[in-house]
Amino acid sequence: MMQDPSNLLVLALILPVAGLLLTLVMGGRYAGRITLLLAPVGLAVAAALVVSVIHTDDALIYYLGGWIPPLGVALRADGLSAIFILTTAVVIGATGIFARAEFCVPPGQPESRISLTFWALLLTLWGALNLVFLSNDLFSLFVALELLTFSAIPLVCLNGSAGMLAAGLRYLLFALLGSVLYLLGAVLLYGAYGTLDIGLLAERVRPEPVAWAAAALMTVGLMAKTALFPLHFWLPPAHAGAPAAASAVLSALVIKASLFLIVRLWFDVMPALMNPTAAQILATLGAAAILFGSVLALRQARLKLLIAYSTVAQIGYLFLIFPLITRPESVSFAAADLSTELVAAVVSTSAWSGGVLQAVSHAFAKAAMFMAAGLIAQSLGHDRIADLSSIGRALPITVLAFALAGMSLMGLPPSGGFAAKWLLLTATIETGQWWWALVILGGGLLTGSYLFRVLAPALFGARESVALRVPVARYREVVVLALALCSVLLGFVRLGAFDLVQIGRLAKAGMGLP
Amino acid sequence: MTLALAVDIGLALLVLAVAGWTIAVRDTFAAVIGFVAYGLLLALVWVRLAAPDVALTEAAVGSGLTGLLLLSASARLRHAKTSAAPPGPVLQWAAGALCILIAAGLAALVLLLPDPAPTLAPAAVAHLPATGLGNPVTGVLMVYRAIDTFLESVVLLPALLGVWSLASEGDWGGAPILRHPRPDGALTLMAQVLPPLGIIVGVYLCWNSADHPGGAFQGGAVLAAMWVLALLAGLVDAPPIRQRGLRVLLVAGAAVLLAVGLAGIGLAGAFLAYPEHYSKPLILAIEMALVLSIAVALALLVAGPPVRTPS
Repeated sequence: MMQDPSNLLVLALILPVAGLLLTLVMGGRYAGRITLLLAPVGLAVAAALVVSVIHTDDALIYYLGGWIPPLGVALRADGLSAIFILTTAVVIGATGIFARAEFCVPPGQPESRISLTFWALLLTLWGALNLVFLSNDLFSLFVALELLTFSAIPLVCLNGSAGMLAAGLRYLLFALLGSVLYLLGAVLLYGAYGTLDIGLLAERVRPEPVAWAAAALMTVGLMAKTALFPLHFWLPPAHAGAPAAASAVLSALVIKASLFLIVRLWFDVMPALMNPTAAQILATLGAAAILFGSVLALRQARLKLLIAYSTVAQIGYLFLIFPLITRPESVSFAAADLSTELVAAVVSTSAWSGGVLQAVSHAFAKAAMFMAAGLIAQSLGHDRIADLSSIGRALPITVLAFALAGMSLMGLPPSGGFAAKWLLLTATIETGQWWWALVILGGGLLTGSYLFRVLAPALFGARESVALRVPVARYREVVVLALALCSVLLGFVRLGAFDLVQIGRLAKAGMGLP
Repeated sequence: MTLALAVDIGLALLVLAVAGWTIAVRDTFAAVIGFVAYGLLLALVWVRLAAPDVALTEAAVGSGLTGLLLLSASARLRHAKTSAAPPGPVLQWAAGALCILIAAGLAALVLLLPDPAPTLAPAAVAHLPATGLGNPVTGVLMVYRAIDTFLESVVLLPALLGVWSLASEGDWGGAPILRHPRPDGALTLMAQVLPPLGIIVGVYLCWNSADHPGGAFQGGAVLAAMWVLALLAGLVDAPPIRQRGLRVLLVAGAAVLLAVGLAGIGLAGAFLAYPEHYSKPLILAIEMALVLSIAVALALLVAGPPVRTPS
């Protein structure tokens, strides 16, 4: 029975939840150890899931309780889910190792506030993310969003200061508004089509007012949770003020979950609704996020705020995939020697791969950056960009990790970010939507500028020596470097990723391409 | 016009009037009372719509416990000074207009929904004999969509941790204090008389849910309310949050559901599947564990972060 690979779906879901239950009973003294023991197991499950999906060459499906939808709830892992689950497992594991020094209780000491809450919330977050990537049911996905919200917000205000409580409260208001809108949309869809199952809805949803309203409500709700411009106000104070380990998972993973659902919604739940106008609107907001977020990042005085605004900007790239996958009818293709359908399939494949690569490489890069900023802030006692001169001499590994991660964000070869932006750029040219190419290039230049502001003085500052107030543990620097390297090395695996992204896609029909 | 229609129209107008009053009233405390009344009226609406399970949930959780949370929040806010100026009339009117627009849009959409509505109710009833249950709502919550119930019971844990995390580091491990500043005779009497009845009602709502309206969440909310009442009157103290027994109670429901679900992989062929003929007793066992965990979690959510320094 355990040979059935679909059992992996259940395992990926219940492992973190079981860890949460165990952590609460055992208490904060064991919380870190439980998480760090579960992390490699979860990573192995995620890796096995990826291998199984590639091996099966189709989505894995698990009917919970043996009940087939629409009555029951199905878990489903396609290539997209598998990639995100693996990314999550890596980032959570790295975060766990990084956070040990701050959140573990020394032997012999009683449980402290942060030692229980941090690890328990990290495990909850992990379970919620896996559920988002696996659930094939709109209501279970709502529960996943709730789990995500209620674990992410306490993580934001873990230091308990009044300012962070205000930031957390603002995050809560945006997130709850998002939940309500999502739920309203799901209710409308059930009322109109009598099912919450994604596969069944894909067959039943027709372009009509109820479906449009549901799509609009759910998209806006999920946009608020993703912090897409202009609903991004909550993100910078929340992500910049949280403990570095929490910021890393929040920026790398949590906002990607709601984005993942927007993609699921438009391409898997209601493909019949996807049209050029909707796609252009989403991409316009994404473009605005890239420009607006980057310009604001340029103006920040504190390193963590700069990184947080950079997240606002980088999220924007992911919304550019919508018009690249859904090409406008009026656009003529540059390559006229191939049949239009064939080109469309190639272009949409590179847009898909570009989008996924962008999401994954940003996850690694941003986790690395927030952790690096955390180490810098801890060792210097501040994170004022103006006073980071020559920090590269004192913390060479940390600054190298920051630079490598920055390379990926800017889109310099051979990083994952380069491959992602290159694929997106190719898709814009091939679909004749050159205006998005300008946005991608402009965003890259702006990213370069705001990172240069940090890196140039950090690496080439004139100060002879920097006095560190607190020494930094070498293993924490290595974790940050490893994450940054993941982000860079992704640039080399992209050829293999092409196929995986497409496995189990509903739109695969008619794309008989290598 | 039949009598039933007259009752429905009257009820609808009353709901609208109470909702409007709740928004318009200036005093926070009065608004909370309006909210509670609104919730109870909504519960009546659900009864009229032949959805007693939803009515019970609305009354117990939507109106009762949420009202209690809002009451304690308004009591705390009474002494707080607000620094921000209230929004100007333009913003208020704009927000009001937007809300009306959205409500009207949603109402129009509801009218656009197909009639008769597509529903899974017949399918839920048709498969009920296999589960040994008589109440199709419990069938949905504990059998067909048990995953949602499992995860909803888990959601309470991070929510509670979020409340606890507001404690100061020195107070960690202590007990929350939820006591009325001046418990009078009436409160004490209520806290002595109601709980024996309330506990029976709470357990009954849960125990009986296999065949009748009710369930772990409704029963748990009633039990939680009884505990909160006793806490408010100062008859009992909340336990320290570091206590192992309390933690076990908190996770018991989710843990039992998880264990039965896992056993289902081996015994019934799928996670969260019940072995044939054993489904009803297993569901009852899960529900009894769930009702305790939910009651403890909900009451502690109301009680707030720990404040007492651990001795």
